[in-house]
Amino acid sequence: MSAQAKATYVPKRRLFGADARVAFLYLIPAFAVMAIITFYPLVFQVWMSFTAFGPQNLNLKHPAPLDWVWLGNYIKILTNDISGIPNYDFFRIVSFNLFWAFSNVIIHLILGVAIALLLNQKGLLGRSFYRAVFVLPVVIPPIIVATVWHNMFDQSNGAINYLIAIIGRQPPGSVNIAWLTDPGNPIPFFPLLPLSYFALLAANVWLGWPLNAVVATGALQSIPKDLYEAVEMDGGGAWTKFRYVTLPFLRPAMLPYAIYGFVITFNLFYLSFIMTNGGPFGRTELLVTQAYRLVNQQQLYGVAAAFSVIMFFILLTLTIITNRLTKATASYVD
Amino acid sequence: MSTDDREVAMEPSPIAPAAIARTSPQSIAMMRRRRLLRGIGRQALLQALCIFVAITVLFPIVYVIGVALDPRNIARPDGLNLIPPNPSFDAFSRAIAKPSPNNISFLTLAFNSLKLAVATSLVSVAFGVSAAYAFSRLKFKLRSFLMIAVLAVLMLPAVATIAPLFVLLNGIRVGDFVLRNSIPGVALALISGALPFAIWNLKGYLDTIPKDLEEAAAIDGCTRNQAFIHVILPLAMPALAVTAFLGFVAGWTDFYFSWMFLDHPQDFTLTMALYAMVGQYASTTPWNVLSAFAILVSLPVSVVYLFFQRWIIGGLAIGGVKG
Repeated sequence: MSAQAKATYVPKRRLFGADARVAFLYLIPAFAVMAIITFYPLVFQVWMSFTAFGPQNLNLKHPAPLDWVWLGNYIKILTNDISGIPNYDFFRIVSFNLFWAFSNVIIHLILGVAIALLLNQKGLLGRSFYRAVFVLPVVIPPIIVATVWHNMFDQSNGAINYLIAIIGRQPPGSVNIAWLTDPGNPIPFFPLLPLSYFALLAANVWLGWPLNAVVATGALQSIPKDLYEAVEMDGGGAWTKFRYVTLPFLRPAMLPYAIYGFVITFNLFYLSFIMTNGGPFGRTELLVTQAYRLVNQQQLYGVAAAFSVIMFFILLTLTIITNRLTKATASYVD
Repeated sequence: MSTDDREVAMEPSPIAPAAIARTSPQSIAMMRRRRLLRGIGRQALLQALCIFVAITVLFPIVYVIGVALDPRNIARPDGLNLIPPNPSFDAFSRAIAKPSPNNISFLTLAFNSLKLAVATSLVSVAFGVSAAYAFSRLKFKLRSFLMIAVLAVLMLPAVATIAPLFVLLNGIRVGDFVLRNSIPGVALALISGALPFAIWNLKGYLDTIPKDLEEAAAIDGCTRNQAFIHVILPLAMPALAVTAFLGFVAGWTDFYFSWMFLDHPQDFTLTMALYAMVGQYASTTPWNVLSAFAILVSLPVSVVYLFFQRWIIGGLAIGGVKG
């Protein structure tokens, strides 16, 4: 259909009459449901965050009078004054959470791109076999991954310690590294990272790079072959090809995905909650796991609501910063 | 590699013909052999790297299968038996017969998980697709405002709304029935996150369906609703299937809502039993049973994922998932 014909047959964008009335009908089912179970709870959460809502307020027949504490919950959270949580330190949790997300995403990106390049090598035998194997971590639910790695890093019967014993030619059971509970600092004078951080990192690197490799493979396949030939004609080697052809093409595809991966890793619940249980001494606690503990174990509903509101603002700030970064780099690439 | 070299050599260049003319047949054979050897060396290096990566990927998977199939029925593995001799499925039958000290059968747990999965999947897709269509095709006031509202919710992790959902659902009671403490209550909590995700994910796909098709339908006398049902829905089938599957996974693998909300053992789900095996019952749970149980929980989801990964990962790239 030519542009001319289109203009004659469809003079306006409205094909089927009034959009607004139809839109209302199409939106009402979803938004009626979300108004009740998505948006109203969020408003209620803000209201709750100004109260000392606790289990005593849950009884419907004889509810205890509600204590208004206004900003009290927020002050408690930021000044580490929550009773009942040992080793709680808000700024340590935020710093650890940021470090956790950054370190993971950088490793995922580098490994994902490197392995995608490896799979993209000309004449590689068994390419489709490797592709099928490498995508396996993606298809396993994260709660299962967390459970399996929890056992693999077990101190006395874990597969990792057995493996180290085999590599070191020692009898099984002779290596007793307390991966998940050791309170020492593997990096001297840097108490932010206990040994369990590295165990979590190993599990999440296993879990995280394959999806990056899939995205990078897609981007690699979109690079025109003649660009590489042009570099070859000009006498450029492998590094020149990577630096001036591959990288500029990968960047726009990988950057949005890296940001998405950052948010996912920042909020990754299962590994911290199941593998280390936040330990040792709460040092691998993330914002999401701490929020869950406040509700599930301490039943401090008001404090938990305030904690979630703070979390929302942290995520909002991160989203704005990452959006700026994307735009800044996008204009640099183009 | 070798074919490319030949191509480069065949490029018309003033030096190449003279160089070829000067080389004797013996040196050509030597060059070929060297090139062949270099090709083999390169292939060997690539294979070594790929095999190393494959081993790291497969290690936890082979390990957990090996522990589950160990025939000796020992509480803890006594070494690294990746491929146990005389494998047996005993651990699987024990995991199915009595997965937890609660006396709740595997079937009850699986059925509860299935209810959550099906409810989350169906409701989020059925309600999500019409809203996604409105966002993708219709112009109306508040359009961008509502879209931002949906996106803002997506940015929040599900854990962040657990406190208000718990309190609100706890307030809805009929006699002894507390909505919070029931499978429908957990399903509602899951849908509160899955529905905005479904809208966003489906809108992304509907945006890729050309408008010309609806225009043609309009010219043929279709109404808006007929065009939606007979033109758009069939074309959106792949995205609907992917979104439904992701909703199913969200329900099947949900842990934090079920663990938080449900008190009665007959309502417990597979993931709750799994967590109890590494949590409160960790000391009494043999690892072969735990491993078998973990495999059984992940198998239905993993198999579907594995077969349809191309479409699912494509769908993920459009939408992104709520964690």
